[in-house]
Amino acid sequence: MSDPMPVLMPALPAPLGLAGLAVLLALLSGLGALPAGRWPWLLRGFSLPLLGLAGLVALGAGLGALGTGQAETATLPLGLPWLPWQLRLDALSGWFLLIIGLVTAAVGLYGPAYVRSLERGQGSLATLGVCSGLFVAGMLLVVLAADAFLFMIAWELMSLSSYFLVAFQHEQAASRRAAFLYLLMAHIGGLAILLGFGVLSAFGGGFAFTAMGGADLSPTWATIAFGLAFVGFGMKAGLVPLHAWLPESHPAAPSHISALMSAVMLKVAVYGFVRVVFDLIGTPHWPWGVVLIIIGGGAAVLGALYALVQTDLKRLLAYSSVENLGVIFLGLGLALLFLSADLPVLGALALVAALYHALNHALFKGLLFLGTGAILHSTHERDLEQMGGLLRRMPWTGLFFLIGVLSIAGLPPFNGFASEWLLFQAALQSWQLESGVLRSLVPIAAAALALTAALVAVTFVKVFGIAFLGQARSRHVRRARRAPLGMRAALGLLAVLCIAFGVLPSVVLGLLDQVTLLLLGVRLPQATAHGWLWLTPVSPDTASYSAPLVVLLLLGIAGLTLVLFKSLLNPPGARQRQRRCDPWDCGFAAPTPAMQASAGGFVQPLRRVFAPTFMLTELLLIRDDGSHRWLVRVADRAWGWLYLPVVRLLEQVARRVVRLQSGNVRVYLGWTLATLVVLLWIIT
Amino acid sequence: MSSSLTLLGWLLALLQALLYLALAPLLVGWVRLVKARLQGRRGPSPLQPYRDLRKLFNKDTRVAHTASPLFIIAPYLVLVATWLAAATVPLLALELPTAVIADLIVLAGLLALGRVFLALAGMDVGTAFGGFGASREMLVSALAEPAMLMAAFTLAMTAHSTNLSSVMATHLAEGLVVRPSYLFAFAALVLVAIAETGRLPVDNPATHLELTMTHEAMLLEYSGRHLALMEWAAQLKLLLYAVLIANVFVPWGIATTLTLGALLLALVAILTKLVLLGAALGLAETLFAKLRLFRVPNLLNLALLLGLLGLLSHVILEVGA
Repeated sequence: MSDPMPVLMPALPAPLGLAGLAVLLALLSGLGALPAGRWPWLLRGFSLPLLGLAGLVALGAGLGALGTGQAETATLPLGLPWLPWQLRLDALSGWFLLIIGLVTAAVGLYGPAYVRSLERGQGSLATLGVCSGLFVAGMLLVVLAADAFLFMIAWELMSLSSYFLVAFQHEQAASRRAAFLYLLMAHIGGLAILLGFGVLSAFGGGFAFTAMGGADLSPTWATIAFGLAFVGFGMKAGLVPLHAWLPESHPAAPSHISALMSAVMLKVAVYGFVRVVFDLIGTPHWPWGVVLIIIGGGAAVLGALYALVQTDLKRLLAYSSVENLGVIFLGLGLALLFLSADLPVLGALALVAALYHALNHALFKGLLFLGTGAILHSTHERDLEQMGGLLRRMPWTGLFFLIGVLSIAGLPPFNGFASEWLLFQAALQSWQLESGVLRSLVPIAAAALALTAALVAVTFVKVFGIAFLGQARSRHVRRARRAPLGMRAALGLLAVLCIAFGVLPSVVLGLLDQVTLLLLGVRLPQATAHGWLWLTPVSPDTASYSAPLVVLLLLGIAGLTLVLFKSLLNPPGARQRQRRCDPWDCGFAAPTPAMQASAGGFVQPLRRVFAPTFMLTELLLIRDDGSHRWLVRVADRAWGWLYLPVVRLLEQVARRVVRLQSGNVRVYLGWTLATLVVLLWIIT
Repeated sequence: MSSSLTLLGWLLALLQALLYLALAPLLVGWVRLVKARLQGRRGPSPLQPYRDLRKLFNKDTRVAHTASPLFIIAPYLVLVATWLAAATVPLLALELPTAVIADLIVLAGLLALGRVFLALAGMDVGTAFGGFGASREMLVSALAEPAMLMAAFTLAMTAHSTNLSSVMATHLAEGLVVRPSYLFAFAALVLVAIAETGRLPVDNPATHLELTMTHEAMLLEYSGRHLALMEWAAQLKLLLYAVLIANVFVPWGIATTLTLGALLLALVAILTKLVLLGAALGLAETLFAKLRLFRVPNLLNLALLLGLLGLLSHVILEVGA
């Protein structure tokens, strides 16, 4: 699969130049939105199309870097005098540029129609446009940075600009709270990353990644650096138990920004983790893999369970992001485990599965968030309990959303299945591990993965069945109109990509070859050895999957059956054999929309089975007029177990510290003097 | 892999797929006959399911006003996904191309694809029963699918391959060895099969219009050829699980070479196994009563646990031993 790329490459400008152009375009898009408060059309007419263009250019840069496999570096005349900013574009950066580029391009196509509805709102369009541009530029720079200094600046640019995007609807208290929580968590995470870089640079003697990569770390310090990177990037990626900010903040932003945050920004955190752990730290130790597998598996199962019980569509999607990031980190953990056992090819397989899943998640989560935005645009509703019957009112949106649903549910032949299949294949090779304990840990992780996949299928059957099928549950949903053309085009683009990357996994594996070569020094020679039709990750005897043939057979047989019934069994001129009638429903009273399963009711059996996982409050309210209402609230256990205790502890400490604050200047001066004396004493 | 991709292989795979389609109603008819005799009734002929299908195909089809296009497409997709899944399970011979196209995990995925469309179709018309049925079907599948994958992984790790034909070939080559992991996987797979095909004690295939129904509740709005396709898909699924259990755990008789004699022997062997399995299912359905819906998760958790135990006993006891 490596043949067509190099032929194309010489005609294109160098990938790093393209990537730089993408950053500039994103910044220009932000700049162009500055006067959007005065001229609102600037946002949709100039800023967002430019952002889409930046995405396309970044995509080109990423493909170029993956095609050549050559790392390009550049030094910018910016930064501190002794610490100029360095850029580097290698295959790993290229892969993530590809992810950022694809989703950003779709958002650029989608955004203009979406922000039109925001023009009448209270939010500041200038803030939205400027911060979107800075946000994308920040993400691109994180991926391109080759020294810790620029990396942290780009990281903070990404975090801070997205804070303003989360706070876009700041007139709502919930939005402000979510934004503050987001800022807080982003900074605690940022601190951990900074400390991790500190450890690496202290041993490597410099802030450039090349210096850090050469650092000779003792196992203890390597583990400390790993732990800091895991906490920092894991917090950004929303891993359990540090995930609680994510379902609050991602839904608060406008939908196309939610898509960028969930589909792309979380992947940037994955990039940072892979860069630090696989590239900079080097030799992995097996306990790291175990930690990653346990936390990743936990995040996957818990994320899936919490997504299952949500009724707010955007919150549900945010929890599902927690689940998918858990799956990605589980894959990375498997890779570390295999690498530490000196099985580089299997490590490469697990890494490829994780990175492939990162791309797939970006595509289908982008598609689903944008689809939710289209529903929100047409109905002003994101509560599933109010929806229903949207497929007949928004047929194209419904079709694309269905493709997203089938992809995220991991069903063949869509893309979610391909990466999960690879992950299972990697897990099934655990018999090659020496240690019996590790050998039995991996199957348990596979069980968690299987449970997750099944729960996700239930969740998204619920989403599609409640929102798009059946009958409308409220008046404004009944009056939904079609989504604008631009939105449908963006959804269609992502849907086509979801299918393409599911049907042609061997092409993706060909692209990822350079990444594993760069990080681990090995390829997957067998994976695509039998042509684009076959995927054989380990060897053809171990496992093979041919997505193109599965699709061909599925469509071929279904089409044949359909034609058979239409032509042979139903000759023209015969009476109409299919007629419309009222629903039967066992012949009881005529069905009304209120008699359909509700979003909460649909998952009630599973909620009951997994009841201990949730903080459930169920109330039966009996009103004065004798009517009953059954209220169910599901809260996240992480609040009670982790967040609130920390908050309480902080408050107690603050109460102790506050005693120092007497308001008397002389006392303060006394404290200052005492501190000074103590410091002098320490120094001498 | 390439050795199986011959013209003869493809033709046999097609034949095998058609055989699945043809045999599926017969198995259901046989189970019904066994049940009827055990309950002291004469029962209909085992060919009755064919007559039912023919009757349904000749009837007019009614579609509710509130139904979307998904409702009409779903029966075709459900049947085709189930059929394709069935075609990947070796019925007569190993080393056929269909087993290379899709392995055990793809098999589970294809079944899941069919199930998702079945559940969506149940929710499409917007009736009370359809929603219930879909909700329960997804409850059962959410717990049964991981158990099935666990059992599949146990087999796959023993054979070092997720390819079903390799799994069976490994078992054949080993001869009669009692592996603890196989016993666990067998128990798990039997429980999963009962749950997934909607048999007692999880769901009662013999009743309509019962508040506890699962599979039938999703099909209530279907009629005519749509209903026939859905019924056929359900029969195929039963046959698929029966053949899976029969040929994976008792593979003897299946053709390893593509000669006429071996294939005929394989046909006799698989028919014998299916007759015995069908009789066992009929006996079990006569003996057990239906479980309450909220007791079903316990049964499925048991299946999941058995699957996991199978995997663990494999990696702990059998690897390297």
